[in-house]
Formats: sequence, C-alpha cells, structure tokens
Amino acid sequence: MNTNDSKCPRKIIAKNLHDLPRSGIRDFFDVVSSMHDVISLGVGEPGFDTPWHIREASVFALEKGATGYTPNLGLLKLREACSAYVKKTFQIDYSPKEEIIITVGVSEALDLAIRALVDPGDEVLYHEPCYVSYAPVIRLAYGKPVPIPTQKEDHFRLTRDQLEEKVTSKSKILILNFPTNPTGATLPSKDLADIAAFICKHNLIVITDEIYAELSYEEPHVSIASFPGMKERTLFLHGFSKAWAMTGFRLGYACAPPEIIEAMMKIHQYTMLCAPILSQEAAYEALQKAETDIAAMRDAYRKHRNFMCASFQKMNLPYAEPQGAFYAFPNIKDLECSSQEFALKLLEKEKVAVVPGSAFGASGEGYIRCSFATSLDDLKEAMVRIARFLARR
Amino acid sequence: MDELLNILKTNALETPENLAKMLNQTEEEIKAKIAEYEKNGVIRGYQAVINEDQLDTHYVTAVIEVKITPQREGGFDHIAKRISKFSEVQSVYLMSGAFDLLLFVTDKDLKNVASFVSEKLATINGVISTATHFMLKPYKNHGILMESHDEYERLKVSP
Ligand SMILES: Cc1ncc(COP(=O)(O)O)c(C=O)c1O
Repeated sequence: MNTNDSKCPRKIIAKNLHDLPRSGIRDFFDVVSSMHDVISLGVGEPGFDTPWHIREASVFALEKGATGYTPNLGLLKLREACSAYVKKTFQIDYSPKEEIIITVGVSEALDLAIRALVDPGDEVLYHEPCYVSYAPVIRLAYGKPVPIPTQKEDHFRLTRDQLEEKVTSKSKILILNFPTNPTGATLPSKDLADIAAFICKHNLIVITDEIYAELSYEEPHVSIASFPGMKERTLFLHGFSKAWAMTGFRLGYACAPPEIIEAMMKIHQYTMLCAPILSQEAAYEALQKAETDIAAMRDAYRKHRNFMCASFQKMNLPYAEPQGAFYAFPNIKDLECSSQEFALKLLEKEKVAVVPGSAFGASGEGYIRCSFATSLDDLKEAMVRIARFLARR
Repeated sequence: MDELLNILKTNALETPENLAKMLNQTEEEIKAKIAEYEKNGVIRGYQAVINEDQLDTHYVTAVIEVKITPQREGGFDHIAKRISKFSEVQSVYLMSGAFDLLLFVTDKDLKNVASFVSEKLATINGVISTATHFMLKPYKNHGILMESHDEYERLKVSP
C-alpha cells in the first residue's frame, strides 16, 4: 500500500503521467536544436508570418488598453464572428451565446472536449497516423485510446468497415481530423455520409478537429457536422493556427450543443479562465478578411505541394498526394530502416529535418512527415538534399 | 490571373523545371506558355528590383503630377503616349482626381529633372500645369521591402 509513511517516500509524479510516453517529436527536437543551418520540413506550422493587418490589429488593441480578462466564453463579438464564419463556410448554425467557446488553441478545446465527455474506461476511436495529442489527452482523462490504422494505398481514408471492426459497447467518441495531420488525407462526402450513419447507429459523439479545413486543395472541405442529424452529436473544433498562420496567438474555439459547451465551460473557467484578450482581438480581425488571406495562402501551399510531390516522384519516393493540410507523408519502408533512423541520418548527412512518422502513432512507422509550408527557396534546397541523400544510399 | 504569371510576377527567374513541378505541367508546356505571353505582349519585360539607396549612384527620381486638356480625338491618350516616349520617364499613369497624369521621372541630377520639366514637359501643347515632388527614400518597391530585417527565429520541429 502506498501511504504517507515518511520511511516510504511516495512517488512524486502521478501514476497516470508516469505511464504516459514522452512525445517522439520532443526527442527529435532536442537533436535538431543542437545543430546549425538546418533546413526544416519538420514544423507543424505555416512558414508565413501572420498577415500584417491581423498583427496590426493586436498592436492597436494593446495600445487601446486591451489588457484585461474577457468573459469566460470569450469576447461576444468574436463568438459572433466565429458563428457567422462557420455558417458561411461550413453551413452549420451555432448560437454565439451558448454554443461556442473560445479556447487557447484547438489543443485546449480538445482537452476540454475529452474531459467533458469521457468517463474512466470509455473508449475513444480515432484514425491513425494522427496528431500527437489525441492518445495522451484521452489517457489523461482515463479514457482508452482506440486507434484505427489507415493506409497509404487508401490515401489514408477512414472507412465505415474499419470503424465497425473496432467499435465496442464501451465506445463513446470518434475523433475525426480531415484534412489530416500528418498525412494530408481528406474524406470524400460519400465516406463522410457512411461515417455519419455509423455514428448514429452506435450512438457515438464525434469530435471533429477542423483545424486544416480551409487548406483543402482539390475539393472544398465538408464537415461531418453539416450532415443531417449530426450537429446534435458533434463537437466542432477549429482555430486560427493553420489557415491564418497564427500558431503563437494560441487561439481556437469549440462549437457544440449548449449542454456540452456548458460542461466544457466548467473546466475552462476553473483552469484557463479565458483565452488571452489580445489573441481574441487578433482573431476577430482575422475573420474580417478571412477569404482573401486564406485564398492567398492556399494558392501558395498548393504550388508547394505540387513541387514537393513532383520532386518525390523523381526520387522514386512513394507517397499519396496530400489533398489537404500542408504535409506530405512519403513512405520509406523500402529503405530498410525505421523512420526515426531515417530522419536522424537525413539530419546528420544533409541537415534536413523531417519528422519520423512513428511520432504519429504505431501506424506511422515507415513514413516521414515533410511540411511544405516552408519558403519555396528552402523547399527547393531541401528537395535537392533529400534526392542526394537517397541517391547515395 | 494565370498561376504561371502570378509566380513570374514574384520571381521572374524561376526555372521552367520548377514552374513545371509547381503547376503540374511539363517543362515544354511552360516554355510554350511563356513564349506565347512574350509574343502577345502580356509579358512586357523582366527587371531586377534594385535598392538604389545601397548603390553609389546619384540619380534622382521625381514624381510629377500633370494636368492636361484632353484632346478632341484620342482624349488623354495622345499626350500620355507622347510623354511616355521620353527616356527619362519611367512610368506614366492616368489618374482620377485633382490631376490627370502621374509620372515617375529619373535623371542624373536635380538640374536635369528641372530642365526636363520646364523645357520638355511644360511646353507640350495641352499640358496645363505640373507639380514636381522629389523622392527621398524608397521603402517598398514592386511589393518588395527595400530593407530586410532579421527574421524572428522559429522552432525547427513541432507537432
Ligand atoms: C490536427 C491538429 N489538431 C490540433 C492542433 C493544435 O492546434 P492549436 O495551435 O490550435 O492548439 C494541431 C497543431 O499542429 C494539429 O495539427
């Protein structure tokens, strides 16, 4: 028994955290940080600076004295702007007063969502390779992560059949993230409709991480929340980090039925109080000119994507063309090394940083994630170096 | 605007090979398109954007507002085209508002610009008046900042 007996000092760190592995990205980050002149395709953020009018608006807000707390749910004008934007872009209607909460990034929104919904032992389904936070956030809430591996051959799509295989009586939540970090996968409407039917049949709740929604290169993105009957059982998470290049502002929001927002609000209110006011002012400005800003970035990324894919093709590096987000996820299985070894060798020999696919779950092993949201000059040089690296092997 | 033109507008030196990769076309298609744009005059030339402040040249640039009377045939065109022919005139724009033409004129020194204005420009039949402003320092030209600042260091790896 673990008691407070002074002769038997108790473990300092909580057990639940003890069992949680360190993110693979952090180890790799430490190696990269110790080197100079590295060209990085390893960042999960845009290479652009935040558009100037947004930065300017936050400076103006600071000058005006926007230095206090905001309401817990966030500035009402920002919630109204989010509501209008979501309605216009995704055709889903959320009430700014009771169905939207402004959070510190999608990161916080995800944590609130999981904590608001998961009881110990509840199973949470999600497709993998996936964003690094999903499994840890579920585990921190004493839920059970149930990853569903997706394959390059299917363009990393998620199908109803795969879901039916993993669902149990304990399944409560499905997390969707399309376009996907790290694979760039998107989901056609037809597949989404199938998944919506699956969700209703098994009475699940969906958390949809829409952070890359604007960065869809072939077809406009469709959200699962816009399917009939889905709004009531969907948590729609979105933020400003990717499409507006605002990662450092740390701003996101969650839209959901009032009951769920109220539950998330309880946690948010006691743990975060509110999102930073300057970031909220900046986000409000971002939504005033959303279309022009985003169109410019999307067009640039599309060219970068084409460039990267054409380069990989020349190197005979197998990949599934990313339809969204800003990552390519080429396969390096033929090279007979782990993705971690590949990334370390590439870094050592050619000073190009990519992220080992294994950081995104077991099914990411054998892949590397390459961001094409860098400057074109860096991208060109990185492609030359990777080609040289592969040719020398 | 065509994506190809968009890219060339920001970097005219982009190679056909890279353009082909970015636009999902073959190099031959790209070369043919560029040749076509050059031939039909959509692409009118290629220039480097230079920060003259960094050079030891003593050229001066004047921005000149010109009021003119439109002519019976050809409106403003005739005079505008005539003014455009002078080699010291870099740019000519027809404007709305308090004056009609805006000129950018570059010459060796102030005196030369002054004599261009008084002897050549002001004497053109139809030019009513001119207002000359001298440019002191360029900050941004053709969408490009004339001074680079240190980039804020970003993380090299993040999720
Ligand atoms: C899929 C996905 N979800 C969430 C996040 C976190 O975003 P935020 O900056 O809004 O916390 C990221 C960032 O990389 C991401 O890729």
